[in-house]
Formats: sequence, structure tokens, C-alpha cells
Amino acid sequence: MQVKEYKPLIVAFCCNWCSYAGADLAGNNRLSYPADVKIIRVPCSCRVNPMFVLRAFQRGADGVILCGCHPGDCHYTSGNYYTRRRMALLFSMLDYLGIEKERTRVEWVSAAEGAKFAATMNDFAEKVAALGENKRLEDLRCKR
Amino acid sequence: MQKITRDQLIEKAASLLANGTVSCVLGWQKGEFDYDITPAVFDTEDELKANFVWNDFCGANFSKYLVSKTKKCEGKILVFLKACDTYSFNQLLTEHRFDREKVYAVGIPCEGMADIAKVKAIAGDGISSIDCSGEKMAVTTIYEDAPVMIDAKDVLAERCVNCKSKKHVAYDELMGEDGDVIDSARFDEVAKIEAMTPDERFAFWQNELSRCIRCNACRDICPACTCEKCVFDNPNSSVENKSPANSFEEKMFHIIRAFHVAGRCTDCGECSRVCPQHIPLHLLNRKFIKDIDSFYGDYQAGAEVGSRAPLVNYTTDDLEPGEVFERGDN
Amino acid sequence: MRKCSLDSMNLVFAEIAKAASLYLPVDGKDGKTAYTKWEDGLTWSNSLNTVRGPKDFFFPQTENLVEFKTSGKNIEIIDTRSASEDFVVFGVRACDVKSFDVLDRVFLKEPTDSYYASRREHGIIIAAACTKPTETCFCQTFGIDAAAPAGDISIWKTETEVFWQSNTEKGAALLTKLDALTEECSTEAVDAQKEKIAATMKKLPLANLNTDAFGAGKTKEYFDAPEWKELSESCLGCGTCTFVCPTCQCYDIKDFNTGKGVIRFRCWDSCMYSDFTKMSAGQPRLTQTERFRQRFMHKLVYFPENNDGMFSCVGCGRCLAKCPISMNIVKVMKTIGGKENA
Repeated sequence: MQVKEYKPLIVAFCCNWCSYAGADLAGNNRLSYPADVKIIRVPCSCRVNPMFVLRAFQRGADGVILCGCHPGDCHYTSGNYYTRRRMALLFSMLDYLGIEKERTRVEWVSAAEGAKFAATMNDFAEKVAALGENKRLEDLRCKR
Repeated sequence: MQKITRDQLIEKAASLLANGTVSCVLGWQKGEFDYDITPAVFDTEDELKANFVWNDFCGANFSKYLVSKTKKCEGKILVFLKACDTYSFNQLLTEHRFDREKVYAVGIPCEGMADIAKVKAIAGDGISSIDCSGEKMAVTTIYEDAPVMIDAKDVLAERCVNCKSKKHVAYDELMGEDGDVIDSARFDEVAKIEAMTPDERFAFWQNELSRCIRCNACRDICPACTCEKCVFDNPNSSVENKSPANSFEEKMFHIIRAFHVAGRCTDCGECSRVCPQHIPLHLLNRKFIKDIDSFYGDYQAGAEVGSRAPLVNYTTDDLEPGEVFERGDN
Repeated sequence: MRKCSLDSMNLVFAEIAKAASLYLPVDGKDGKTAYTKWEDGLTWSNSLNTVRGPKDFFFPQTENLVEFKTSGKNIEIIDTRSASEDFVVFGVRACDVKSFDVLDRVFLKEPTDSYYASRREHGIIIAAACTKPTETCFCQTFGIDAAAPAGDISIWKTETEVFWQSNTEKGAALLTKLDALTEECSTEAVDAQKEKIAATMKKLPLANLNTDAFGAGKTKEYFDAPEWKELSESCLGCGTCTFVCPTCQCYDIKDFNTGKGVIRFRCWDSCMYSDFTKMSAGQPRLTQTERFRQRFMHKLVYFPENNDGMFSCVGCGRCLAKCPISMNIVKVMKTIGGKENA
């Protein structure tokens, strides 16, 4: 019997104005990144509530990445500055609870950075794959 | 033993009632035993004389009650605030949760409050009376004839052992002398957990949080949790759940509870005091406070009215979330 | 009556655990006692009672009832129950034993709750007499004898020995298995202990609390009492009292969307919560005062009304110890029922 290769499921929250366009550009340029990266488009990276991150893990994500405009370039002037503080605290708290820090990341990707988007996703998927399945923030009910 | 006496407080309250400054008093009401004290509203001097208490077990923080009581009480309400309570008081004012004009705040000195669990650990079960008026606490039980004498320092509640401030940051009138902000060791326990390996940290919290029965006492007592409708009570939020179905929900609830008060939590310690399962919830809140202090500069919620909380603020050169882990070896 | 030495308890536990899972009160690292599954090396706690009641064994906080899976137009309904196994709960106090009678009244009445019934059938309760009741105890108010607990087997612990007596067939069968570890004995030591406990019970601060003012038929008298408002004034609306209570039995049934199907589960609910029994028209009890009244009227008036006078409080004292604002059933009884009854 062939053993199914483990591929991590990754949820990427991408801001509408920069990172989602960046992902588009990566596609247009035929840059490859893992198909298991599921993109969720959000109006701004600061739309992402800490609960979104936790619920992504609950629903089976092995890694969660937030992508937004570079600091200073936010379409709404300051949204990503708030994201930066929130996620810094949330990630630190997750680490405090013993949840692997490599499972979460924030990356700033502009609309022109298709290559960075693809490279980021490849790198993140690789790091998450090395960790294996998310066991510490899993909800067994969703795994059956 | 507290420096200020019950009689002094009643006298103060009675005179303010008599001269019409206030129309009711928010205070501690005596219970069945000498330690089970209930927050209550007193309207007359007679009521105060009959039921008002002030002793080493008056730990309840009244600040949150002002949100509802100022709406109900006609005229001004007198509230006695210990130094730590004044921080919550300011924080609620900052968030416009009650009308300052309707409150007459009297700051009172506090020598630290006792934890009944610690008293019982020394004196044993079956407590029939506790006398806090002497140098030492005299605890009488039905099993021993002579009272057990306890040094109040040995039974201080955790939050009082690590008291962060004896300074009152808000009051209309102060009884006794004001103290200072204390350079306490309150982050030591957090640092100890940070120094563990991730596996140890995971095991530690998994064990602590597994005891949660989701009674919501930590949330309901919290002076920073004043939402009219909590996200966890909203059936449309899809995270509403009345009991912890599994370890994920335990973690989710406690991470989010602590996160929602991050930057606003004054570290009053009520959450840990009321937890029926003795989960050290303050260690979650303090982690956020410690992080905020080290990432964005020292900040004490409630130290002044109107200050901008760290999570509704930013600077352009803030630390990146990825850099969090590069600081230190954790 | 049979006895064994206190030192041999580990062997006794090992013997019991051979045939069934054994749960007993064990002191945790934080000094708090909780029912824990026995394994070699765990010792029976000396403390009076566990922080949480033993109702979890029969009526767990959350329990999956059924699962739905859809494929095309078909819905598959899956019974998620795993077969019940025999288990033994050791060291249950008299008050908590009585709480099972209260729960039985609710869950075993037609229509029988099969989830609860199956656990009751498979569970054996070994009840322990209280040697050191504490100030929050008031089981005698409800006619419970702390010195003679019911249950399948009753035990009494002295300084050096443990005395055993079976009360039911299930209990007798289990006790027979322990024959090699126990020996036949007289009841002298137990009688002496019973007397000692009775004397202690009289010294408790709540010894004179009685239920004369409560019971069936009191609804109209107390429902509109002005004292409810004052009593509930500082109630936070948390669920601590209901969740530590060994007799509170309200639950909610909810659906959880797993992404692959739906799990229907039930979980404890609390009449203190704002969304308790919420219907399309909203929650029938709009204020915390009404919710607060509901809890105590249920325990002291409504339940006896429907259950031949049985109160749904057993006086374990957990809510006295755990309420964040120290408002509890004793204060309610004294205020509503009048001081003369206290």
C-alpha cells in the first residue's frame, strides 16, 4: 500500500489591496507555490481577529500566515500597524502555551511582490511540513 | 490586620449620607462566616451598622459594580476603593463605562487581603470564627478549643503577595496615608514558565486549563470585561459554547479572554481569586502585560484616565511579530 | 461488616481496578482534590470532598449524542456512544450519594435518559462516612446522615483501619471479591465513630438550619418576595454555583458543525446564564433577579413539589465555598424563609 505523503494545510489571510494582488501576480508569472495554501481574502490584515487564527487551526490548518501591505503602505493608512501589535502578542501567547512558533507567521507582501509571495509560501510550507500535523491546537471533532 | 477600622469607615459613610453628599454606599456585607463577604449597597447608617464589614477578607473589587449601580442609584454613590481597585476604576472611566459625577470615591489603605484557602491549609477545616482585629489573625475551629494564631503575611492572597501598588490613582477623598507603586516580583512566575521548554509549557497549560469548567466566573468578575454581550454568549458568533467540549475550546476561551483584556487589564487578580478550579489565570494576563512592557514600553492600565491602551496604539517602528521569538531564547 | 488495614488500601484498589475502572479522590499538585482514575501509587485523599461533584461520572459536562453525515441526498445517523464499561467511584460522601437520588428522579423518570441510565447501571458507588465535616456542611438540614452514607458499599475510615459494609447486590458482589484482603469484624469501632460524627455535626455552624419554611406549595408565598432583589443584587450571573452543584441537572443540546458533518451534543447549562432556555421569543427570565430566583425556587420549592417533597439540594456546601461573591442557598434560606427558621 502506498503511504500518502503528508502535506500541510496552510491558511493564508491576504489583504485585498497588496498581498492578494501579490498572489495574483505570482500566478500570472507562473511561479509555483504549494496547492495546499488556502488563501482567504480579507479587506485589510487588521480584519483578522485572533479568533480567526485559532479557528483556522481548529478546522484543520497546520499553519496560519497573515499577509498584508508593508508597514506605511496600508490602504487604510494604519491597519497593518495594529495587526503587527496584535499578532506579536498573540504569537507570543501561543508560544507561551507551548504551541510551536513556526506554525504562525506574518509577512508583508506588496502587489508587486509576486516572487516574494511564492517564496514566502514555499518556505512557510516547508517549515510547517517539518513540524508535521498540528496536534497542539487541534479539535478532534473536526478531524474525523 | 487592616490599619483602618470598620468603625472609621462606617463613620465616614454615615457622615456622607447625613450631609447628602451621597445617597447610597457600595460596601462589603457580612456573610454566614467571617470570611464569605458579599458586595452590597447600603442606604442607611443602621444598615451599615448591622451588616457592613471591613476585614482581611474584603478582597472584592467594586469598580465593575459601578457600571450597573451608577445607573440604578439616584444621586451619588459612595465607593470604598483599595489602591489596586483604583486602577480598575480609572480604566473603566477611560472607557466611559460609568459617569464619574455619580461616584464619590474614598480611597482606603489596604494591608493585603487573605486567601481563605491558605487560612484553611494552616488552621484546618471547620472554621467557626476568624478575628482579624489583633496583631495576628485568630482562627477558631470546631475541632480545637484554642484558636490558631496566624500571621497575616503567611496567608496573603497571591495578588497581594505580589502587590503592584499601594498608591491610590483615583479618589475624591483619601483616608489614611497614601502608599507608593511597588516594584513587585509579579512577573517572576511568568518568567519561570517562559524558561521552560515548549513541551513543558504545553504540558503545564494543558494540565491547568483542563480543569476549566467554563463557569465564566473569571470573565464575569473581570472589571475589564464589560461588554454588554460577550462574543462567547452570542449564538451567532459560532464560537459560543457553554462548556469546554475539548482541550481546543479550553485554550481558545482562555487565550481570547486574556487577549480581549490585553492592554486594559490592570492585573487586579480577581480572575484567579474567583476561579473555582484554581487555574492561575493571572499568569495569562500577566504574560500579555509583560510582553507589552517589553515590546512597547512600560504601560500600566488604569494608572491615568484617558491613556491610550497599547493595542489601540502603534508606532511606525514597532517590533515585527517574527522578531518576538528572537528576543531571548524561548 | 468487614475490615482491612489502611496500609493495605493500595492492594484493595489494585484488586478493584482489575475488573473495573476505579476513580477516587486524589489531592492534586495545587492541593485541590479531584476524582482521578486510580493507578498504582495514587493515594486516597484525606480531604473532605472534591471540588467538583461526582455527577460527571453519570452526567458528564459534555457528551456527544449523535452524529449526522450527509452524502448526496442521504443523511446517515450515527450513534456515537461507545459501549459502557463497569466503573467504581470510591470515597463518595453521604451528600453526594444523595445527589444521585435527585438526578435519578430527573433522568430515570419516563422517558428514561438512556445515556444516564446506562452509566448508572455500570457504576458502583463506594461511599465514605465523613469524619471531619467543615463549616460549610449542612447535609443534616436535608436529613442526610454523614455517618451512614448510602451507596452500594459504605465504608468508615479510622486512624488505622477501613470498615466495609455492602448495601446492595452489586456492592455485595464487589465486596466478595475483596474477601482475601478483608476480614469479618464487629461493628463496635464503626458505632463509636458514628457517635463521634453525630456529636461533631451538632457543633457545625449551620447545624440548626432547617427546611420548615420550604417545600411543596410555597410558590405563591415566596415568588414575589421583595428580598429576591436584594439577594441577587451583586450576583455576577456566572455559572459557578450550578457547575459545582452535585444536583444541578439542566443541559442544553447543540449542534457542532465539524466541516464534515454535524455532531449533536449536550452540555451542562446554567439557569444563571442570559441565554438559558432561550427560545424564539427570547429568554423568559429577563433579569438576573428572575434567574437567581429560579435557581433557588427550583431547589427549595418546585423540585419538592414534583418529587414527593424531596429537595434538590444536598447540603454539600460547594456553592458556599465557591461563589465569587459568597451569595448562596444558606443565605437565601435564611432571608426568604425568615430568621426564625435558621
